Amino acid sequence: MLEAANLECVRGDRTLFSDLSFSLGHGELLRVAGTNGSGKTSLLRILCGLLSPAHGEVRWRGGNIRSLREEYWREIVYLGHSSAIKDELTAAENLVVACTLAGIKVGRDQAMAALHCFGLADCAELPAKVLSQGQRRRVSLARLILSEKLPLWILDEPFTALDAAAVDYMQTLIAEHIARGATVVLTTHQEARIASVVMITIDLSARVT
Amino acid sequence: MLTALRCVIARDLLLALRRRSDVLTALLFFVIVVSLFPLGLGNEPNLLRTIAPGVIWVAALLSSMLSLSRMFSEDHADGTLEQMLLSSSPLGMIVVGKVVAHWLVAGLPLVLISPVLALQFDLHQSLLWVLTLSLLIGTPVLSLIGAIGAALTLGLRGGGILLSLLVLPLYVPVLIIGAGTIDIASAGLSAQGHFMVLSAFLVVAAVFAPLAIAAALRISAE
Repeated sequence: MLEAANLECVRGDRTLFSDLSFSLGHGELLRVAGTNGSGKTSLLRILCGLLSPAHGEVRWRGGNIRSLREEYWREIVYLGHSSAIKDELTAAENLVVACTLAGIKVGRDQAMAALHCFGLADCAELPAKVLSQGQRRRVSLARLILSEKLPLWILDEPFTALDAAAVDYMQTLIAEHIARGATVVLTTHQEARIASVVMITIDLSARVT
Repeated sequence: MLTALRCVIARDLLLALRRRSDVLTALLFFVIVVSLFPLGLGNEPNLLRTIAPGVIWVAALLSSMLSLSRMFSEDHADGTLEQMLLSSSPLGMIVVGKVVAHWLVAGLPLVLISPVLALQFDLHQSLLWVLTLSLLIGTPVLSLIGAIGAALTLGLRGGGILLSLLVLPLYVPVLIIGAGTIDIASAGLSAQGHFMVLSAFLVVAAVFAPLAIAAALRISAE
């Protein structure tokens, strides 16, 4: 499904990693580990096509993602560091906008249901500026519930700012998605306890570059 | 594809509605700048009539510049821009939505209020519609060209000043033709040719600017 071939990433004058290759199939989870500044986010941004690698290429179903473009983006969800939440919009409006941009048709009811799953039923109509950091994170993660059909999730630190219950819920969500045969790439500092899942770990800071 | 376009326009208009002060600042700036000239130059009617087109057009340029730097920077800061770059709809389409919303919020109000302001300059009534029409065709061009600059200077320190230096020279042809439309009409000649050129600017900008903006955004986001 997703293949990385000889990726090299250079930021400024530093080579963050080079000669990084892996391939992920259906129902596989890739966990990218590494110290701060080891290039986890850069790797994820390369994998989703926001950043072009200094060397090498990323292939999706055999085709280079730089030529697939929209065809590839239609099939992935990328949730980055910043939550892409607008302060002035309500939680529900934020969710509907995020899904529509991604090309998923979502009605109000579906959006409310997804927010309900993340325990945000009470704040769905509140402007996002009154939400706490964790609640904002949940609003952006709620998109995952509406993206069950998409075969690749790329999640940058999905567990930050979440409480224990929400972390558990996220892990179940990821496990279910992998059980459906999808592929998930995530970065995390915590040891992820995702049950019954084939997990591949790449530790960027342990690699000699 | 059109769903994304509609979604972006609706979202930006909703955002503008919930932060009305931003919209009003640009409009008030326009009103005040235009009003300063009759106050400063005295009440010589012939002089005022001569400078009216230029003053109103220059004020419109400056006022539409005010809101340009915010066009993409907020989306860039909160991560929405990344999601737009990864959208399943073509980026050009989303960009068109952003520009249309910018014009509706920052351009259209100027067009609507300009005939009222032109009265301060004792502009002849038959020229009021020429002025309004020239601004109606010209301001979308300003939004389109300005968006290229906004996308190029995204994420730079001191981007605001750089943006003005980059964009204002590109506004010059629009300014010359736009203000020229009223001058030529006031001389009693047909302004049709000027309108044609102004419309041609709009067509060319509408076709090519979205591509340039999209390319600039991809570079800025890296």
